[in-house]
Amino acid sequence: MALLEVTGLGISFGGLRAVDDFNVIIKKGQLYGLIGPNGAGKTTIFNLLTGVYKPTDGHIILDGENITGKKTADICKAGIARTFQNIRLFSELTVLDNVKAGLHNEFKYSTFTGIFRLPKYFRNEKSMNEKAYELLKVFELDKEADVLASNLPYGKQRKLEIARALATDPKLLLLDEPAAGMNPNETAELMDTIKFVRDTFDMTILLIEHDMKLVSGICERLSVLNFGQVLAQGDTSKVLKDPKVITAYLGE
Amino acid sequence: MAKKIFTKDNSTYIIVILAYIIVEALIGTGNLSSLMKGLLVPLCVYVILAVSLNITVGILGELSLGHAGFMCVGAFSGAFFTQLVGDSLNGGLRFAIAILIGAVVAAVFGILIGIPVLRLKGDYLAIVTLAFGEIIKNIINILYVGTDANGLHISIKNAAALNLDPETGRIIIKGAQGISGTPSDSSFTIGVILVLITLFVTLNLIHSRTGRAIMAIRDNRIAAESIGINITKYKLLAFTVSAAFAGIAGVLYAHNLSSLVALPKNFGYNMSIMILVFVVLGGMGNIRGSVIAAVVLTLLPELLRGLNEYRMLIYSVVLIAVMILSWSPTAKAFRERYFGFLSRRKKEVS
Repeated sequence: MALLEVTGLGISFGGLRAVDDFNVIIKKGQLYGLIGPNGAGKTTIFNLLTGVYKPTDGHIILDGENITGKKTADICKAGIARTFQNIRLFSELTVLDNVKAGLHNEFKYSTFTGIFRLPKYFRNEKSMNEKAYELLKVFELDKEADVLASNLPYGKQRKLEIARALATDPKLLLLDEPAAGMNPNETAELMDTIKFVRDTFDMTILLIEHDMKLVSGICERLSVLNFGQVLAQGDTSKVLKDPKVITAYLGE
Repeated sequence: MAKKIFTKDNSTYIIVILAYIIVEALIGTGNLSSLMKGLLVPLCVYVILAVSLNITVGILGELSLGHAGFMCVGAFSGAFFTQLVGDSLNGGLRFAIAILIGAVVAAVFGILIGIPVLRLKGDYLAIVTLAFGEIIKNIINILYVGTDANGLHISIKNAAALNLDPETGRIIIKGAQGISGTPSDSSFTIGVILVLITLFVTLNLIHSRTGRAIMAIRDNRIAAESIGINITKYKLLAFTVSAAFAGIAGVLYAHNLSSLVALPKNFGYNMSIMILVFVVLGGMGNIRGSVIAAVVLTLLPELLRGLNEYRMLIYSVVLIAVMILSWSPTAKAFRERYFGFLSRRKKEVS
């Protein structure tokens, strides 16, 4: 069953065709990779999927619902969560509050309830804390719950970003270069975490990555982009052997 | 997750209540000069203004230079109401309603101004809020409002253009002469109660789902949007709450003076900038800091009165010194080492 169905997606910035005729079908539970040289349009596709940019052409269907051209916040409610290439945490909030901010739409109470601390406030805050700690434990961040996000070491900031994205209870998780700036040990650990997330949360994951070891290690299917166009698409092992991909991206 | 009694929030309430008890004791024993007594209500006004501006500047992270404008709207609408009902309501109830009206009118202006202004960012937002503050002040300066048997009359020309019935007519807002003869319904006790209400709402707001959303927007707008937070709604909400409390401060201010005039001194950008100085010096997002900074910086020029012409010179030197002492990394490390047990800061992890 297709969770995400993208047809003919394209965007132009003035005369530049950043993404052209991008098609992809991602099945539920799949780990899908998006690779390509710098400037190929990978992050632009993420921005199109999450509504940061409005597509010039094409359709995005998530779980049967057309989300093309919707606002970012509404797309999040529809079920797409993401992380960013350059980490974007709420740096002056604690680790716990970062995750609780992610739970914003799951545990709702009004501003009035919050100011006057009605019973619903305490009930919801308690469930929020429990849920947030559960998520933090998965990423081994529960001991740092009261630390400011900006004071976390780099690797943990990446993990926290994933935890925050998962807090929004998404159907599809987009990871933008999760292994950027990590050493081989951290990358190996991250691969386990991503697999673990997929299995425990029954998550569908689309990720952008440059680290070929990570891509070949965990992605089941791949799309290779070059200059905004799809160069190759299919099972990871086949795609990585494609001579076109090797010349364009991996080098001969 | 053990509950702490001496949290930063509670210490803020305790400081305010202690200050109130000390001042009342000083008044009771006759140790407070009449000059200081006259400063008590303005002190409460400035504290409310500083705390409310901190919602916009520190919590929402947008620089607003039009805070005095909202105070002006609150002051005039509150005083107008008090004049309108006159003695038909008793003082306490009349003042409570005046406070509510000031808050609501300022909040409405907050929404009206916030919708266009909050589309801007940083310096641009600051400049436009500055302009709006000035516009409000100048409009009130040419506004004439009177009442007679036929109801309200409003004019922006002169008193004669109101066409009031000569028998029952009464001009309430007299253009550049403002509103005069407002009964002095405010007192230090009422001021402190309003300060406590402001603190209660502000601090509880910060620690709620709404406050988290607002601070998330401050720290990273794009990420906040990506986790499903409605940016426009929460920005506007923070801006409006901030304006409403400025309105309350205005009502308190208006009922402390017999004659209320919209001068550049009390409602112009000088005032907005002075409130901003309180917020910056107390620390952005630090509510307790705003309270202390507002009190100290209001008292300081009065305490230095004996020094005559050197007064403002020393005032500015003190400003710079406090800024360095409270925010330079070396001074912070020093405090951390010797007074660390007092503050329960979040532990840093290397």
